[in-house]
Amino acid sequence: MSRPPAPENALSRLSRLLTMVPWLVNRQGIELESAAAGLGITVEQLESDLELLFVCGYGQFPDELIDADWEGGRVFLRNADTIARPLRLGMDEAVALIVGLRALLAVPGLGERDAVERALAKLEAAAGSVGEAASRVDVRLSDDVDEDLLARARGAAERHERVRLHYLVPGRDESTERDVDPLRVVTMDGRWYLEGWCHRAEAMRMFRLDRIEAMDVTGERGDLPPDARPRDLGDGIFQPAEDDLLVTMRLARSARWIPDYYPVEATRDLGEGRCEVDLRTADTEWLVRLALRLGGEVSVVGPPELAVAVREAAGAALAAYPPR
Amino acid sequence: MSAPTGPAAKTERLLNLVLVLLYTRRPLTKARIRQMVPQYASAPTDEAFDRTFERDKDELRELGIPLVTEEVSAGWDDDQGYRIDQREYALPDLTFERDELAVLGLASRAWAQASLGSAAAQALRKLRAADVERDEESLIGIEPRLRTTEPSFDALKDAALRRVPVTFEYRRPDSDDTMTRQVQPWRVLLWHGRWYLTGFDLDRQAPRVFRLSRIAGSVRTAGRPGSFEVPADHDPHLMVSRSTTPTQHSPAILRVRSGRGHLLRRRARSVGEVDDQWSLVDIDYSDVDEFAGEVAAHGADVVVEQPHDLRQAVIARLRAALGEGSTAGEGEAR
Repeated sequence: MSRPPAPENALSRLSRLLTMVPWLVNRQGIELESAAAGLGITVEQLESDLELLFVCGYGQFPDELIDADWEGGRVFLRNADTIARPLRLGMDEAVALIVGLRALLAVPGLGERDAVERALAKLEAAAGSVGEAASRVDVRLSDDVDEDLLARARGAAERHERVRLHYLVPGRDESTERDVDPLRVVTMDGRWYLEGWCHRAEAMRMFRLDRIEAMDVTGERGDLPPDARPRDLGDGIFQPAEDDLLVTMRLARSARWIPDYYPVEATRDLGEGRCEVDLRTADTEWLVRLALRLGGEVSVVGPPELAVAVREAAGAALAAYPPR
Repeated sequence: MSAPTGPAAKTERLLNLVLVLLYTRRPLTKARIRQMVPQYASAPTDEAFDRTFERDKDELRELGIPLVTEEVSAGWDDDQGYRIDQREYALPDLTFERDELAVLGLASRAWAQASLGSAAAQALRKLRAADVERDEESLIGIEPRLRTTEPSFDALKDAALRRVPVTFEYRRPDSDDTMTRQVQPWRVLLWHGRWYLTGFDLDRQAPRVFRLSRIAGSVRTAGRPGSFEVPADHDPHLMVSRSTTPTQHSPAILRVRSGRGHLLRRRARSVGEVDDQWSLVDIDYSDVDEFAGEVAAHGADVVVEQPHDLRQAVIARLRAALGEGSTAGEGEAR
C-alpha cells in the first residue's frame, strides 16, 4: 500500500532544488504548469521554490543573486551558472536506476535488451563504486512466465491489436471468453498481467498471464476508448469501486497478510495479533472462497447475508464428507 | 524576506553556502564564509555559528556534495579553508540515445510506488536535465512495478549498500514470538514478489535467509560501514530458492465437479471422467495446510478422496468456516 509522503525536510528540498535549477535553465520560458508537471510538484510548490531561489546567490549584491522570473506564467532562471549542472547521482539515485535496468535485462524476450545494456554501461561508468554496491540490491521480476504469451501480449499492445482471451477467473472458478484491447503488460508482486479494455466488462481490466488459457489476435484494431485510463498501480492490483459492497472481516494473526494484498479501508486492532478489517468488493463469490480457504483464520462479520453464505457453502462442502 | 528559522530558512542557508563554495576558486576561511552567507552573519555568537556551520558541512557531505577542506595561507598564519570543486560536484556529461532514455524511464518508473520512488525520479530528471525534447511515453509496452511495503526495506537496503551489520527482531511464522538476530547483510533480494535478506547470521555463524515481512520493529545498525566482505561466490537466488521451494511432493486424488476446479485441472497429473458430473483429478501438492485451503475454497465442487491427512485438514478448514471448532482458532497461534 502506498504511504503518504513524509513532509519534506530542508535537505531533501535542497537536493530537489539543485536538480530543479539545471532542468529549468535548459527549459527557459517553460510554462509554469508544464514545469510543475515535469518536476512532479504542484504549481504552488514551484512558486515557493522560485521565491526561495530568488533570494539566494554566491554573494548578496543584486548581480550575484539568482534571477527567477515567472511573472507572465513562464519561468525564466538567470544568473544560476554556478549550479546549472546537476549534482552527481547520489547513492539511492544510482542504485534505483541501475537495479531497475538490471531487472529489465532479465525480462524474457525483451527487444530493447541492447538499449538497456548501453544505458547501464554509461550509468555504471558514471556511478563508479556505487555500481558495485548496487548489486547488493537485486530484483528478479518473476521469470516463470510463458515467454511466447508474454511476447505476443506485448506485441498486441504495441500494435493496438484486439485479442480474444480464454481466461480463468479463479474467484468464480469460471473459464470465460472475452475480447480485449490491450494497453500494456504489467509485472507486479511477482506476477505478469495484461492490462486492457475488456469488451465484456466494458472497463479496464488486468488479466493474469498465467490464467490466460489461450490468446488469439482477432485481426481487428484494438484502439482503447478515448476516456480509458491505465490503472494507477499505487495501491496494487486490486482496486475497489466506491459503490462496491463493504465487507467486515476478522483476521487471525496468520491472516494479517491480507491488508498487504487487498486494499482495506480500515483496520481495527483486536489485540493478541488479531484485527478487524473493512474492504470493498464487487465480487462476493471471491470473498466466500477466501473465507473457505482461510477457514478459522478469517471470519466474515458483515454484512450478515455474506456471513450466512460462507456458512452455507461450508456446510454444503462438509456434506460430502460423511461423519465417521 | 523569509523566516529566520524553520526548514525554509535552513534550505536558503545551505543553498547560499553551496553557491558561495562552488563559485570560489580559492578555499574560503570560516570567517569569510560567515561574512558571505547572510544567514551566518546573523548568528548571535561565535559558538552558535560554529555549531551550525559544522552541522551544515556534514549534511552537505551526506547529500553527496564534495565539500573539501584545504589549507589556506592567510599571510601571517595558516588556516582551514573550504570549497566545492565544480568538476567533482557536477554530473559528468552523459548523452543518452532515445531508446536508452526510454528504458531509463522504465527503470525509474518501476520504483514509482516504492521506497526509492523519489530518488529514481530525481535521478532521471538529472540525466534528462539537458535533454529538452518532449518527454515521450514509453512505447515498450511493459511496465514493471516494484513495491516495498515492508517497513524494514529502507534500513536493510542502506545497511547492505554500505555493508553495515544489523540487528533486528525476527518473527517465527504465524507466531508472536520473535528472536533477536545479528546479521551481516549481504543482499536484499526481490524474488517471486517477496523481499528477502540474505546474510551471515552472527549467532548461528552461518549464512541465512530472512523474509522482510517477518522482521518486527526497527532495524538497528551494529557496526561501521564496510565492516565485512560479501563472499564473491555468494548466490542469493540459490539460497532463497532452496529455502522457499518445497522439496517434497505428495500425491492426492480429488473428486472435482464437471466444469469446475479449472486451476486444479490445469495442474493435475491426470484427469479421469467418473460420470457426467464428476472427474477424478490426480494431483501433487507440497504443503498440506496450504493445499487444504485451496481445496476448501472450492466448497462443494471439490472433495478429497485421498490422502487421509489432507481430507482431515480440509474438513477442519470447512468446520472452522462454519463456525464449529477451529483450525487456527480465532487468533490462536498455530
